[in-house]
Amino acid sequence: MFESIGEIVLLFWRTLLAVPLAWRQRQKVFDQFFEIGNASLLMVCVLSFFIGAVIALQTGPVLVDRSLASAVGGIVGIAMAKELAPVMMAILIAGRIGSAMAAEIGSMSVYQEIDALRTMNINPIHYLVLPRLVAIALALPMLVVFAILVGWFGGAVVAEANNHIAIPFQAFYSDLRDIVEVRDVVNGVFKSFCFALIIGVVSCHQGLTTIGGPRGIGRSVTKAVVNSIVLIVIFDYFLTRILLK
Amino acid sequence: MINHPANHDFGVSLLVRSLRKSFNGQEVLRGVDFEVKPGEVFVIMGPSGSGKSVLLKHLIGLETPDAGEIFINGESIQTQEIAAQYRMALVFQSGALLNSLTVGENVGLYLSEHRLKTPEEIQRIVTEKLEDVGLKDVTDKMPSELSGGMKKRVAIARALVIEPQLILYDEPTSELDPLSAIVIGEEILRLKERIGVTSLVVSHDRDLAFGVADRIAVINEGRILTIGTPDEVKRFNDPLVQNFLHADFKRELQPK
Repeated sequence: MFESIGEIVLLFWRTLLAVPLAWRQRQKVFDQFFEIGNASLLMVCVLSFFIGAVIALQTGPVLVDRSLASAVGGIVGIAMAKELAPVMMAILIAGRIGSAMAAEIGSMSVYQEIDALRTMNINPIHYLVLPRLVAIALALPMLVVFAILVGWFGGAVVAEANNHIAIPFQAFYSDLRDIVEVRDVVNGVFKSFCFALIIGVVSCHQGLTTIGGPRGIGRSVTKAVVNSIVLIVIFDYFLTRILLK
Repeated sequence: MINHPANHDFGVSLLVRSLRKSFNGQEVLRGVDFEVKPGEVFVIMGPSGSGKSVLLKHLIGLETPDAGEIFINGESIQTQEIAAQYRMALVFQSGALLNSLTVGENVGLYLSEHRLKTPEEIQRIVTEKLEDVGLKDVTDKMPSELSGGMKKRVAIARALVIEPQLILYDEPTSELDPLSAIVIGEEILRLKERIGVTSLVVSHDRDLAFGVADRIAVINEGRILTIGTPDEVKRFNDPLVQNFLHADFKRELQPK
């Protein structure tokens, strides 16, 4: 992965330069956006509900035993908004959408479709990378907002339903509101925007550099997902450091 | 990369001088020289792995040579500005149709992406070009629904939409049955007669080469062995050329 960082940055820069052309590609952006949302929404709901639920389940009894019941809402709220929703959804999207991007563009590379585009003076970055990058950069933050809300709901349900915790719904949300600020949610959404760019550019780069037939496509898909996740985790640390200030 | 939608003079000349290319230290083209006249059908024949497809990629701008030059109408196309003055199309060996688009969208892709025509005009041109290659009622089909021969004809129609001055065919009859191969060969000749386009065909199909070529070049291991009319090439006294032209099964009958 690290040997191709330069190529990935260059691809990202060239795609950024092409952003003014995104309006021309709006139909493709919309198609990709629909694809990402449609393919992932249900999974996002299920994943974030249970993540919220499990945080409440893990922290609730311990805190309640120590008379810190009012902290449960805040812990679930902060954890979902600032860390778990952005990172877990990015990992989910890397697996679902990043792999699909790498496979589709990779098969186009292998079967000379990208060469065919070039001979028609159609820039593959404008035609393939730009719509995907714009779509994922719009879709992932929206999915993360959704995930945060569903995660909070999952935490609230468990906090009320579990006999060991037994924090009423309203009390959970009231505690959550006391601790979580709008800024925390904005931070999480901003992180997810950065992760979306990482997934988009890494997956498209893997697709464009695919060689060697079906095995090459498989290799590219694996690399796209693994490299995206590694970069997401690394960037998560540094983004958190920057956003903490 | 190379095509620019503004030039309408058909049939350009092509001159290739001392073209060399290596991949990972292996020389694929070892100084290739040839000339194609305007409106000519020029066939490059040679065994698999002789550098034919790599040569085509250089001509269309998908590869950059290590050394040597390519001239179109006497102008070197080393710079994109000069290359952009000429319209060229490559018909890929596989057809290289975009599998996620319909046949109609594939054929009209150049016009729609460059916004050269209105959607109605594009539809009309697509139908016209598909009919030119003998295809009807396939506009809404996906490439996966087409036979190998139909895919190649769609690829030719897609190339024609560019109104090319130079059309390059990469193994146009490979994977085709003899009847479909004849249809493709006739198509190459018809386009030459109808619009006077310069055609460069790369193939190891001897029947196609001797059926359509004005002149033939035989290439082997990245070098041109001979260039001439079909008759001259047939008479060329070189064991490699003669072996290639006359290779056939020799089945020895076992005595019962």
